Amino acid sequence: MSVVLPYLLSGISVGGQYALIAIGYTMVYGILRLINFAHGDVFMVAGVMMVYLSASLPLYVSMPLMLILTVIIGFAIERAAYKPLRSAPRMSIMISAIGVSYLLQNLAAYITGGLAQQYPTVPGISASVNIGPATTKVVTLVTPFLVIALVFALVMLINHTKIGMAMRAVSKDYDTAQLMGIRINAVISATFVIGSFLAAVGSVLYFTNYTAVTYTSGAMPGLKAFVAAVFGGIGSIPGAVIGAFIIGISENIVKGLEAMLGMAGINLNIGLATFSDAVTFALLIIILVVKPTGLFGEKATEKV
Amino acid sequence: MKSYKRVLALMLAMAMMVCVFAACGSDAASAPAASSAEAAASGDAAAAPAAAGDKVVKIGVYEPASGDNGAGGKQETLGMQYANQETPTVEIGGETYSVQLEIVDNQSSTDKGPSAAQQLVSAGVSVVLGSYGSGVSIAASDVFKNGGVPAIGVTCTNPQVTEGNDHYFRICFLDPFQGTVLANYASAELGAKKAYCLSKLGDDYSAGLCNYFKEAFTGLGGEVVEESFPEGNSDFTSYITNAKSQGCEVFFAPVSTEAAANIIEQASAQGLGMPMLAGDTWDSNVITGAAQGKDVEIIVTTFYQEGGNAAFDEGFKAYLNSDSTAMTNNGGNDMVAAVSAMGYDAYYVALEALKAAGSTDAAAVQAALPGVTYTGVSGAIAFNETGDAIRDTAYVKKANTETGAWDFVAEQKVG
Amino acid sequence: MKNLENKRGTLITAAIIVAVFLFVGIAEKIAPPSWNMLFMVLKKGSIYALIAVSMNLLNGFTGLFSLGQAGFMLLGAYTYGIFTIPAADRASVYQYFDGGVVQFALPVPVALILAGLVAAAFAFLIGLPVLRLKSDYLAIATLGFAEIIRAVFQWNVLGPITNGSNLLRKFPVFQSTISYFVVVGICVAVILLLINSSYGRAFKSIREDEIAAEAMGINLARHKMLAFCISSFFAGIGGALLAMYQTSVQASIFKSAMTYEILLIVVIGGIGSISGSVMASFLYIACSEWWLRFLDQETILTAAGRGRFIAVMAVIFVILLALMVFRLVRPKAKSRVRYGVGAGICGAILIWLIVFAATGQTRVPLLRNGFRMVVFSVIIMIIVLFFSRGIMGTSELPDLFRKRVKPEKEEVAS
Repeated sequence: MSVVLPYLLSGISVGGQYALIAIGYTMVYGILRLINFAHGDVFMVAGVMMVYLSASLPLYVSMPLMLILTVIIGFAIERAAYKPLRSAPRMSIMISAIGVSYLLQNLAAYITGGLAQQYPTVPGISASVNIGPATTKVVTLVTPFLVIALVFALVMLINHTKIGMAMRAVSKDYDTAQLMGIRINAVISATFVIGSFLAAVGSVLYFTNYTAVTYTSGAMPGLKAFVAAVFGGIGSIPGAVIGAFIIGISENIVKGLEAMLGMAGINLNIGLATFSDAVTFALLIIILVVKPTGLFGEKATEKV
Repeated sequence: MKSYKRVLALMLAMAMMVCVFAACGSDAASAPAASSAEAAASGDAAAAPAAAGDKVVKIGVYEPASGDNGAGGKQETLGMQYANQETPTVEIGGETYSVQLEIVDNQSSTDKGPSAAQQLVSAGVSVVLGSYGSGVSIAASDVFKNGGVPAIGVTCTNPQVTEGNDHYFRICFLDPFQGTVLANYASAELGAKKAYCLSKLGDDYSAGLCNYFKEAFTGLGGEVVEESFPEGNSDFTSYITNAKSQGCEVFFAPVSTEAAANIIEQASAQGLGMPMLAGDTWDSNVITGAAQGKDVEIIVTTFYQEGGNAAFDEGFKAYLNSDSTAMTNNGGNDMVAAVSAMGYDAYYVALEALKAAGSTDAAAVQAALPGVTYTGVSGAIAFNETGDAIRDTAYVKKANTETGAWDFVAEQKVG
Repeated sequence: MKNLENKRGTLITAAIIVAVFLFVGIAEKIAPPSWNMLFMVLKKGSIYALIAVSMNLLNGFTGLFSLGQAGFMLLGAYTYGIFTIPAADRASVYQYFDGGVVQFALPVPVALILAGLVAAAFAFLIGLPVLRLKSDYLAIATLGFAEIIRAVFQWNVLGPITNGSNLLRKFPVFQSTISYFVVVGICVAVILLLINSSYGRAFKSIREDEIAAEAMGINLARHKMLAFCISSFFAGIGGALLAMYQTSVQASIFKSAMTYEILLIVVIGGIGSISGSVMASFLYIACSEWWLRFLDQETILTAAGRGRFIAVMAVIFVILLALMVFRLVRPKAKSRVRYGVGAGICGAILIWLIVFAATGQTRVPLLRNGFRMVVFSVIIMIIVLFFSRGIMGTSELPDLFRKRVKPEKEEVAS
């Protein structure tokens, strides 16, 4: 156990951060049937904004400001890039998402000059702590609890509020929901607001651990979070969270597999860690082929 | 016929773009030589009116300003820009030419590199400097060859850049040398028996350097654990755990600076407990910035030691402080990066070559280059038969985690 | 097929194509070296044209949303590189792997076809499980596949074949632009023939309605697989050509960003238009690697240049502002908000221009490294949002030269 513990810890921590991004993906997909490729970049933009804001403002001002700005950006992206294409073919809106992602990355590259920015230290969660044989940051331990708390709040929101009911209705049947008098644009905006907020929270946790913020640092976590969402069954929030933890843990186990085998007396030395990303995608393909709706996905009602 | 209109609209938009382009291009070219470094490099539009002023010789700067190696490429370019500001003219064949730097961004990408290189050749440069990163240099090599333009590699350390090429030269040391120096240091000075080598997947620089390190280190009786991480990876905690759990005594990670910043942060948080070793890429203020106040021991080998030439250091710092853009490109402070010193030297080697050629003709410059010798701030430079600089010294330095600066450790030579 | 019946359009198109080929062939021989940039762009443009067309065959004609193009290009590029490096040079290329295991070299045409075949073979293998998936799931599965392929090719254990993380180089390359044009021309012609055959019609019927297609007796699985393999075959050849263009191959460039780039080209050209994809490729490459490069340079203007700059900018944005306002005040104006925002932006830029003119600044603001890509992505967003049918929509070049019958009244779906 003591051998596996550090890898598990890293896996749970990074899994929790993926989970916060994955919720945004899965909610948007549930409602709009859109893979919001720009979501990972919203996460990155949140990180970049935090770097610049905290350079001139104290943390208790810059952090809420960053959260608000990220939410506004998420809202604005939906209004500017997705809403005009609501009646267009699904491929167009997905391409629009890719375009937004491209724009956000290039904008961030332009502003940061393409240089890695050092994320500010967040007091309380940046410190190191010892757990048995493993040393890690406090944020690693905080992440899973925070994720569970946020998910709990979100599930409450979806199940017990009016807007939550509207969201469920829209994701069940878009057209009928509209006919029933649900203000569909408000629901979609609310989805993006929640998704961006969680991505912003995720960025604080993620970049406190991995402090170099570059204009591409949203791409890989974004992609993996999406994979997590698909893995757990897209549209399902608990599914996304569990999928994210599975992805996070499995990628860290792959990274450490050789070392663990080495300690068990099996010396491979073939560089298995090479496949830490590839294994994520392999898992994805396997689950898609075996159970296309994901672990917790509802039966697909593919509209023709 | 909606599509007709659309094509028309697109053409119109293109025409507009070209107008702006022409407007900016042509007036930038007639700007005085002092600002020529920043002047727009836009092919023919820039070339024509320039002849109206005094004589101009163009030196191409083929460096990344974006992508993985953007940070290093910018610092290298800064050295050249500073040198250009310091010595904006050169005597060629008894006449004074003003030197104009043509700067393009190769985006650290082998598929974007060739067209960037062609841009330089088309602009009529006499010699090209660059690039930071060996892969892009190799990808552009044939473009320079076909264009008849010689190139001087500044910090591309892969042997394959110059090998078999008459037109590619290089002023820095090579990976086999650097790998050996590092292995010697790890074995002799740090007394390590087992080393952990971390390279980036798909990055020929870190893979190559790890390879040479491994060769030398196992030759000295050591043992090596090799691992690589995929691109876009920020989570190094498991790799650090691997190094610790396998009882390694030195952590060798010659990777790009942005990965390095993450590695340092996580190594400190997890209590790596062994020295970290890296090559010339880590000689950057990104590293010292990340290491400041952390519990890590970082040792690098490099081309140049800040303080090695007081006049250069002072001048370069003054240049950075006088120009806010330059300061930003240098990463926000005025620390002298080794690659800047190399860029500075490369510029003067190019001037020497132009003087020796006695003409701005690229072919003449290429013919003159093998015979050029120059003593720069990073040491004496002379080329051997493959076009590589004959260098036998690397500087070893250590990051001071209190001051956020580099401390000089030793000069390493390999017989 | 309409465009075949329409002889005039076909003839004019054929004439244009012949003229372009002749121009490229002759100009290359006689043009001064200052034209080389044009040829560089033409080379890469033609390669991207082939890849974009191959992607269009899948996404535009068959309606299979695949994002694995970069992976198939990688397969093609590596196959070509591995099998054509002269045996004598292998020791220096595979410097860390004792010259590698492959110790022979194939002739260039054979290797090119092999590149396509290897990509197609992999497409077949991956297609067996994933082609059953629907739209977005297929997209993400193929994207994942491309990432896996990239990791495998960079794996050190396979180094004796793939050279691990290191470059492959020293393989034979085409020097002349016309060679690229000929190879790409042949491939695109084959794709065109295919699209106009019964297979092509079957592909299109799958795109329109899978269930109806199946009811008409079209074997869905077989046709989807066929389209997938053919598309990958040409992507593989495109990858091999790209390897030649950059004279080296490194797996790290074949990222998902490359697939997105090609997808954007397909969209700009018009999903479902071969000639659109071809034209968009050249435009895209020329803009991103040539015409817009000046945006990356900090520019300091002289007095005369300043006047010209202000004049040009003023003219452009006054025209744009007028257009926006015109659209805005039309009695039956649609999407007022959008044009209002557009007018606002134009107005703001004009106000800034007045300030710029008044204060006598000489440095053009904003222009510095990275600005090119920002402008470029804004242009792409504008195309995606406002001209979602792309340059050509679903029509082909010959359709443009058809005799005008009656101007269509329908408004472009916005």
